[in-house]
Order: sequence, then C-alpha cells, then structure tokens
Amino acid sequence: MNALTRSAPWRGTAWIMGKLGISGRTLVIAIPMLWLLIFFLAPFFVLGRISLAEAIIARPPYTPLFERGPDGTLEIIASFENYRFLLADALYRNAYLSSIQVALISTIFALLIGYPIAYYIARAPEPKRSILLLMVILPFWTSFLLRVYAWMGFLRSNGVINNTLISLGLIDSPIQMMQTDFAVYIGIVYTYLPFMILPLYANLTKLDGALLEAAGDLGASPMTTFFTITLPLSLPGIVAGSMLVFIPAIGEYVIPALLGGPDTLMIGRVLWDEFFSSRDWPVASAVAIVMLFLVVAPIMWLQSVQNRREES
Amino acid sequence: MIDARQPAIAAETKPWRSAGTRPFISVKNIVKRFGDFTAVSNVDLDIYKGELFCLLGESGCGKSTLLRMLAGFEQPSSGTITIDGEDMARVPPDRRPTNMMFQSYALFPHMTVEKNVAYGLLREGLSRAAAYERAGEMLRMVKLEKQARRKPDQLSGGQRQRVALARALVKKPKLLLLDEPLGALDKKLREETQFELIKIQESLGVTFIVVTHDQDEAMTLATRIGVMKDGIIEQIGEPREIYETPNSRFVADFIGSVNLVEGRIDAVAPDLMRIQTEELGPVLLPPQTGYTRNQQVWGAVRPERWALSRAKPEANPNAWQGVVEELGYIGHMSHYRIRLDNGVLIRASQSNRLRDEDPISWDERVWISVQPAAFRVLTR
Repeated sequence: MNALTRSAPWRGTAWIMGKLGISGRTLVIAIPMLWLLIFFLAPFFVLGRISLAEAIIARPPYTPLFERGPDGTLEIIASFENYRFLLADALYRNAYLSSIQVALISTIFALLIGYPIAYYIARAPEPKRSILLLMVILPFWTSFLLRVYAWMGFLRSNGVINNTLISLGLIDSPIQMMQTDFAVYIGIVYTYLPFMILPLYANLTKLDGALLEAAGDLGASPMTTFFTITLPLSLPGIVAGSMLVFIPAIGEYVIPALLGGPDTLMIGRVLWDEFFSSRDWPVASAVAIVMLFLVVAPIMWLQSVQNRREES
Repeated sequence: MIDARQPAIAAETKPWRSAGTRPFISVKNIVKRFGDFTAVSNVDLDIYKGELFCLLGESGCGKSTLLRMLAGFEQPSSGTITIDGEDMARVPPDRRPTNMMFQSYALFPHMTVEKNVAYGLLREGLSRAAAYERAGEMLRMVKLEKQARRKPDQLSGGQRQRVALARALVKKPKLLLLDEPLGALDKKLREETQFELIKIQESLGVTFIVVTHDQDEAMTLATRIGVMKDGIIEQIGEPREIYETPNSRFVADFIGSVNLVEGRIDAVAPDLMRIQTEELGPVLLPPQTGYTRNQQVWGAVRPERWALSRAKPEANPNAWQGVVEELGYIGHMSHYRIRLDNGVLIRASQSNRLRDEDPISWDERVWISVQPAAFRVLTR
C-alpha cells in the first residue's frame, strides 16, 4: 500500500483529484452510480417518455415528445391516455393480478422446498457441505432454455412422467400437464429454487449451534426450538430469498410461454405481445412501468419492515 | 501418612468425607469416544448435594465433554450417569433436571433480556404472567431489572454473563452446569463475580458443576476440584488437598508453581526417610509408610515453602547455598530465582510482611532451606 501511494502515477492522480475536489471515496461510489445511471435510470426515462406518447405507424412507432408548433414554439405532447387504458381494460388488470398470484404461490413453494434443503446443507459437515452447495449451483452451468425444454420432455403427454405412470399401470391415458398452470409453477419453482436456497443457506450457516442447545437445555422440544429460535433468526434469509424468487417470477416470460397454455395470462407475455405483435410501444412501455412499481412496492415495504425490526 | 494440615470441619458440610453418604450425581465408568479419539476415558465421579464442584484442566482434556454429557448434548459411549437417583441414559436434554450456562452465554439475540429469562419457564407450561413475574424476580437478584427490556447486544459483557446465569437458574434446576462461566470477563470483574457466584450458589442451594481452565478460579470457587488430563481425572479433592498434597507431578505442576526434583529412596527407617535426589543431593524427610528402598520418586516443594536466610539455618539439615539470580517484587510477595552452587535453579517466594526489613537482594549469597514436612514425595 505504501509503495503504491508513494508511486508517481498515484501521486499524480491524487493531485488532479485534489484539484477537482474529488476524494477517493467519491470515486469508488461513482463507478456503481454511473453504472446505474447509464443502464437503469436512462432506459427507465426513455421508457417513461415513450409511455406518454401515442402509437403511430412510423419509425420509431410513437409520436415525438417535442413538436414545433405552427408559430415556431416548442410544444410538449404528453398524455396519460395509455395508463388510463391499462386501468380500464380488464385484460391488463387480470394479467397483473395473475402474475402476482403465480409469483406468490411459486415463492411459497420455493420457500417450503428450499428451507429444508438450505437447513440440511448448513448443518452438513464440511466436505459434504461443499458438494451439496455445488449441486445447488450446478444447473446454472447449463442453459436456462435447455433446462426448461428438458421439463417439456418430462411433462409432455408422451413424456417421461406419463410413460412411466402408464407402464406401471397406474394410469390408462396420459395426464395433461403441459400447457397448464401446474407446469408453469413447476418451471418457476425449479428455476428459481437456487435463489431461495443460497440466501437461506448463508443465513442458516451463521446460526450458532449453542443457541439451539440452549433452547433444548431450557426445556424446548426440537419442534419448539425450530419455531422459537431458528425460524425467527432466519427471517432475513427468508425475506431475501423470497424477494429473489418473487421479483423475477412476476415478470417471467419464457417459462409461461414454453410450459404454460394459452390461458396462462402473465404480464411478461402481455408485454411481449404489445411490443412485438401489436407494435404498440407506448402501451407496452406503460405496462412495463406499472410492473416496475408493482415490484418496487413490496421491496420498499419489506425493507421498511426489516429496518423497523432492527431498530426495535 | 501424616495429614495434620487438614482442618477439622463438621462432616455434614463436607459429605464426601464421611463414608456412606449418598451422592447426588453419580458418574460411573463414563467413556466418550469421537472416532478414534477418546475424549473421556473411564471417569468415576460422585458429587454431593449443594456442592460447587470444579472440573479443572487444560483445553482438550475432556472436561467440557463430560459437562456436555451431564447436560445430555452428548451421549456417552459407555457408562452411566445418575442424577438424584434417576438414570439419565434415555433422557433428552429438554427433559433433564439440569440447566447449563454456556461459555458463549448463548443468549437468544432476537429476544429481550426478560424474554430470554422467561423462555425456560414458558416451556414448562407456566402462564405468561407467572413466567414474567419470576423472570423479573430473578433479574432483580442479578441486579438487571433495569435492563429487562434490552436486547442482549445492548448489554456489557458482565451484564450478559448475569443474564445467562439468571436464565439458567430461573428454572430451579437440580444441577447447574457452568462452562467457563467467567472466561469472557476481564480480571477485575472476574474476581468480583467469583464471590457473587458463590453467594448465589449458597443462597439457592443448587448443586453447581463448573468447568474451568483457570486454577485460581477453581481454587476460589470450589468445594472440591477434579483435575483432568487426557480424559482422565487425575485427582479429586478440596482445593487445599489438591494444592498441599498433590498425587502426581502433573497436578503439582498444574496447580500453582512448584520445584520438582527427581531421586530414589535412600533409606526408610522408623524415625526418618531419606531421598537421594539428582538436584539437591540427600533430603531428609519425616518417616512415611508405603515406600521401599530404591524406589523412584519425585519431590515437590512449593516456592513459598522455602526459607531464605543469610546465615546458615540451625537444626535443619535440608539447607543449600546459592546466589540470587533474579528477583521479582510484586508488592505483597517477592519471587526469587536462586542458582545453587551445583547449577540447579530454585524458585522461591517470600511474603513481604514487614515494611522496613532489609530484604535479600540481587547477587546475594543465601541459604535456602525447607522443613522436612513441606517436602512432598510423589510416586508418579
């Protein structure tokens, strides 16, 4: 460190930064800030601006924001017509509600399946633990699309599951699993399970075994110990894991498109149709912005709950 | 052998002294193996009601494992544990009449002090009102009633220690197990807390078993001490017994400091015994039974048992000459390192009782001597 701070290029940089009034701390924060600005905030404003325009058949397919009036003045043309349209049309409302429902149910199932797995990994002895963790992460090394197609192979009418059940004589005709909500839930829970397991694992592995022993020593059965000690202490992990599943699940497009049926209505699909089938960019942008707020609202709420917990 | 040093105290306060008293906790032939490693091997231990028993030993000697077996967190590989006449073999930790105070305190971080203390009572099925009432009483006893609504991380180390004690005691266990209860406190607080712990133990009459590696702590707290080494209890006895009449070189060396010499029994006569030692030459001792001529023995002398003088001591044949090589003055005591003429280094200490005496100082040539009865003979 000393050798670095004494080197000529460093002193030169430090001198320039000093002249400009920039401290090292500002520089470090500036990099992620810049990233967010360019890749998140700027596109968001572009989207917001398009959502206030009207669809026209042109290139680009929306009206400009600024227009020269006949008297040469600059006019701003913006309308909230698209948002009004979203509220008025039941299709969008239903799509939002069913997206939230699908995401919520998927999150609950991911939690119910992920918690025991995370708990088991966190309590496993060291060499075994690394292998188990690797197995959780391993699916990421193959293409997501490929894995969803693999599920199609399982769920098809002449797929692995139906063929097995028929050959065992348990059923006579194949069960319709593809193109149902069931397949969508399977796909979402399967895909996002690692995002539930990893934060839960990180939390549960920190849990002090002495606390569990202390609870047992004070007369708590293993079940009571779980509900009074383990569960409350792992709440931050549950919240983090649930958000990591819930948020991407709301906007999920690929899984319902591939596994879901024609009546699986999710907002990701509506968004796609508006952008690419109807070429109605302004309405599509409005759909995207409303979805963003739908996603941000629960995060803000959970964050404030957690902050209040920490304060008290 | 003569043991005039033990004071005569009524037997009922020291039940281990009278044969036939029924022990409250009885550990028989306990073995605990972890794979190839034997943590506790064949330990027998009887502890009586109301005792404050200390298991003393270095880390890894098996003392914590023994404690955890009493609490039920570890199952013994073989042997039995009986508490108040009841065999503990099939009893899980949550059904045992024991409570434990953990070394890390293991306070529940998401609960207030009050909830931590009431936790065990609620598990007993006590009503909330009654549980919090009794938790409050307990917190008053450990002087933490003002902190009842705080979370553990808002407390000081000493306060956390008291919460842990209150939480473990509130269920009125038959046996309280304490794993290094004062280990995390600084020296001054530790000394104060030692006496507080004894006071609480005496007023509640609960039997305590304390695990510690700190010999001062064990000496101060304990009614009896069990010194452990490599999974075996080397010696069980009252603090005074352990210090004055250790049964092995390990115990003599582990408790306090000691000068050890090696030698053989030279003469066993009705009126005296003589050891020929490598370090000190012949040493005369009072007659003792159980030794044979030529037997290999070790001699142990506590530093404070040496007498230092400028003149040759009269009437004590066990006297040697040497030079003060080092002197450490620590106030109430002075520690000397004396190099004998044959090169052997002796540790001696003198209490500084008088202010204006002329103390023996560096590079002085002195006589050191030891009373025959203060020279302890060890066979292992």
